[in-house]
Amino acid sequence: MTATDPAVTAGSSAPGGLVKSVVELDRVVIRLAGDSGDGMQLTGNRFTSETASFGNDLSTLPNFPAEIRAPTGTLPGVSSFQLHFADHDIMTPGDAPDVLVAMNPAALKANLADLPGGGLLILDADEFTPRNLAKVGYATNPIEDGSLEGWQTVSVPLTSMTLDALADSGLGKKEAERSKNMFTLGLLSWMYHRPTEGTIRFLERQFRRKPEIAAANIAAFRAGYNYGETTEAFAVSYEIKPAPMAPGKYRNISGNQALSLGLVAAAKRSGLPLFLGAYPITPASDILHELSKHKAFGIRTFQAEDEIAGIASAIGASFGGALGVTTTSGPGVSLKSEALALAIMTELPLVVVDVQRGGPSTGLPTKTEQSDLLQAMFGRNGEAPLAVIAPRSPGDCFDAAIEAARIAITYRTPVMLLSDGYLANGAEPWQVPSSEDLPDLTGAVDFATEPNGSTADGTPEFLPYLRNPETLARPWAIPGTAGMQHRIGGLEKADKTGNISYDPENHDFMTRTRQAKIDGIAASIGPTDVDDPTGDARVAVIGWGSTYGPIGAGVRRVRRSGRKVAQIHLRHLNPFPADLGEVLARYDRVVCPEMNLGQLALLLRAKYLVDIQSHTQVRGLPFRAAELAAVIQDVIDSTSGAPLAADPTGGGE
Amino acid sequence: MSTTDHVHDLGMPAANPIDAAVAASVASQGEKQTALKAKDFKTDQEVRWCPGCGDYVILNAVQSFLPSLGIAREDMVIVSGIGCSSRFPYYMNTYGMHSIHGRAPAIATGLAVSRPDLSVWVVTGDGDSLSIGGNHLIHALRRNVNITILLFNNRIYGLTKGQYSPTSEVGKVTKSTPMGSLDHPFNPVSLAIGAEATFVGRAMDSDRKGLTDVLRQAAEHQGTALVEIYQNCNIFNDGAFDLLKDPATGTQWSIPLVHGEPLVFGADGAACVVRDDLGGLRIAETNQVDASDIVVHDAHREDSSYAYALSRLSSQDLRYTPMGVFRSVQKPTYDRMMSEQLDVAAAEGSDDLDAILGGNDTWTVSA
Ligand SMILES: Cc1ncc(C[n+]2csc(CCOP(=O)(O)OP(=O)(O)O)c2C)c(N)n1
Ligand code: SF4
Ligand SMILES: [Mg+2]
Repeated sequence: MTATDPAVTAGSSAPGGLVKSVVELDRVVIRLAGDSGDGMQLTGNRFTSETASFGNDLSTLPNFPAEIRAPTGTLPGVSSFQLHFADHDIMTPGDAPDVLVAMNPAALKANLADLPGGGLLILDADEFTPRNLAKVGYATNPIEDGSLEGWQTVSVPLTSMTLDALADSGLGKKEAERSKNMFTLGLLSWMYHRPTEGTIRFLERQFRRKPEIAAANIAAFRAGYNYGETTEAFAVSYEIKPAPMAPGKYRNISGNQALSLGLVAAAKRSGLPLFLGAYPITPASDILHELSKHKAFGIRTFQAEDEIAGIASAIGASFGGALGVTTTSGPGVSLKSEALALAIMTELPLVVVDVQRGGPSTGLPTKTEQSDLLQAMFGRNGEAPLAVIAPRSPGDCFDAAIEAARIAITYRTPVMLLSDGYLANGAEPWQVPSSEDLPDLTGAVDFATEPNGSTADGTPEFLPYLRNPETLARPWAIPGTAGMQHRIGGLEKADKTGNISYDPENHDFMTRTRQAKIDGIAASIGPTDVDDPTGDARVAVIGWGSTYGPIGAGVRRVRRSGRKVAQIHLRHLNPFPADLGEVLARYDRVVCPEMNLGQLALLLRAKYLVDIQSHTQVRGLPFRAAELAAVIQDVIDSTSGAPLAADPTGGGE
Repeated sequence: MSTTDHVHDLGMPAANPIDAAVAASVASQGEKQTALKAKDFKTDQEVRWCPGCGDYVILNAVQSFLPSLGIAREDMVIVSGIGCSSRFPYYMNTYGMHSIHGRAPAIATGLAVSRPDLSVWVVTGDGDSLSIGGNHLIHALRRNVNITILLFNNRIYGLTKGQYSPTSEVGKVTKSTPMGSLDHPFNPVSLAIGAEATFVGRAMDSDRKGLTDVLRQAAEHQGTALVEIYQNCNIFNDGAFDLLKDPATGTQWSIPLVHGEPLVFGADGAACVVRDDLGGLRIAETNQVDASDIVVHDAHREDSSYAYALSRLSSQDLRYTPMGVFRSVQKPTYDRMMSEQLDVAAAEGSDDLDAILGGNDTWTVSA
């Protein structure tokens, strides 16, 4: 374990007279790995819920193959779930596991390299059969050939113990075997002193219609727990105290859940009906699923025939006065580009959510990446400026969704919200806000109901492109409003009247005006978010989106080593905060870590002529905090000249 | 932290802002204006089709017939794609959106489902609806969203200056096909029926009465209505429909569809439609068949194979072209069913934001 000061605090006496010790840890990273069919994601999510309700801070990293069921027992079929939990606040799912649970040889082979020497390795001995070993190319059984000597290996027959526990359940062997993940969860729940009632309630709820399955899973879960208590295989259990958190009500939330709830809240707080037009795509589909559950809020969800129809229908709904939303991932954004430009030209509110994944093309559908920034910025024909924002953590997806809606409604413009696969599926504890504390967006709606101009002869007339002088937003007059009939469309519009115009001066004016409107959003977003505790750092790290956690964790390590570094994290990518240029100019060096090949760095260099040092990685996985700490340390040391002694890459967050 | 329940909905708007905006505008003009004339539907925009284009005739017919529907101008929305025909909304004093190529049915779908109170129309061309927008067209039809689609078929790409279209006859010589086009055309009516359309009609631009009659039925139809309008492009495909328009040949080759009437056509009713041995339809000489064998047109037949068979009577050179309403059947509309689901959800559930923010599993950290 990498915990600091493991201290034997108490002995617990288990039935059978076995005396077991309890070790207190400040944090643990557990990785559960198995076959796609083994239910590792479910097990991980349950362990996460238990951990959340116990009060630890936590962060998760689900990692699963794009194939629904790759052949059983093969390397491509391995699915894993990593959970980092602690008695203090943490920012990442952990660079490397302290504990690896491998349900079969394939899971061992795919994950062992990530487990540092001395780490705890729990194996399902039953699955290490000659056949399964051969499938992944093990010539000998690693449990027996001594190759696992560098780790604390505990090999236990999880499958057969599950079958024994369910011998009287009436279930067939195959069905009973399925509960081995719950047996494992029970064992881990004992090991880490997790509360169990939540899981029992969950299983009862989940299998409401199949009580015999619910009973079997609960029996397996309890058997696993009891096994931990009585076996000699595990002499120690661990205690990780709850993390201090601000008083309030908490829940565990994933990014896609938070984003969906943010959209519901935006609809409720603006009074507008929400319309979602979407075509299923990983990792965005869960937003469609979640919003489809909330019809009681008057939310219309439309599973369109393709991504183009998804955005087109949302534009139609916005024209009619709804809060139009479309959700997708990178390939879908490509398809939506032309319609996105239509929304820019017609100046209608629209929220476009891109849950980024590895690209290009189909890329890595289930892995994370933040490589759609330039597509969001520039991926359209013509001068087509688009507001772009990004959330920084799963829970922050909630606030980002409300902010996207605020900009869209206030400025009558499409807004791109760039989430990613890591945020979407990752989870963390989230302080539940009270609805009345959320921004009130009703004032921004302001449908036009009366003519705002007059013709030469004095007849009142509606001018659909006569702008609000402050925001440059045009009036939003919805069908059904008498006397306000007007036509909009993709052809260039004359200023004020909105009639088709091919006039060169008008096109130049309108192009600049559309740009000025987006640039003007900066007036509503506040200054750059800079974290520089001492106020005199010479080096800054700048990031956007889901790298917030790993960068923050890396920065903490660097600071613990006595070095100074500022962390700048951007919510708004277009426009940037008004003071960003000045802020960047304060530092000798600025490092920009990104899960792409340097897209934000390119924008910052172009806009501010600052020599940004880009640090990039596109592995489909979040950055490791230690790696970032090392990069930042090198920059600091080469800037200040005198390297400090302590190595920032070691230790916890 | 106190665990007392919040008082919900403080500061929330009293009424839905859409209804409030509509009500405010109606109040300011007294009441909904529905007694309108053709000129009330005209705009001050200069119409920019080529002189002699069939689009003018259709625009006039639509503007003349609309007042009879009794729909206020503000309650009507015309969404179009791209093409000569898709300029249509600019000339109509209603709400309108001239959108992007092929996507009008999808835009109209989003609008119609979120605003079932509106009368939503789509104006599209043969290229717009059947090439680039083919996918949206078929899905709008199968969903049966309450929209009326006017497909201006001139069998050519007008706006891009005369390339062949998906309805052009095989062998069409155009700039992009100097040796003649190779691909077989769509029959838009067959396509629509195959896509589960509940209303399909066909009319001729120059036939004011026939066009108005089909348009009226389409407008009154609940669900997606598709009207194929044969439209002359006098610049790039002039005379494409002369076989049907020319009084000398028109009666011979068009089959008027009148619900409840026998399908008899041609000079002196010399030709008729009868069933063939395989359950399809064929053309016969009226004096060669028993009167009882002549098919009586039934647009309301649930089974679409009859309407489909009717659509297959014509060939790509337009001989034996049925004109009128092929099919008009009632099915629940998508927008209404969606509204009903929302009503059920509202009755069974709640719209308490705080309840869903909290979810099923929360824990409280006290100070
Ligand atoms: C994405 C896109 N591709 C191509 C075009 C060019 N384009 C404009 S109209 C048109 C064809 C229109 O044909 P049709 O729908 O039959 O309309 P018509 O002009 O004949 O009324 C094409 C190819 C475009 N505007 N947008
Ligand atoms: S090109 Fe043809 S369809 Fe287009 S306006 Fe001219 S005549 Fe009409
Ligand atoms: Mg055409």
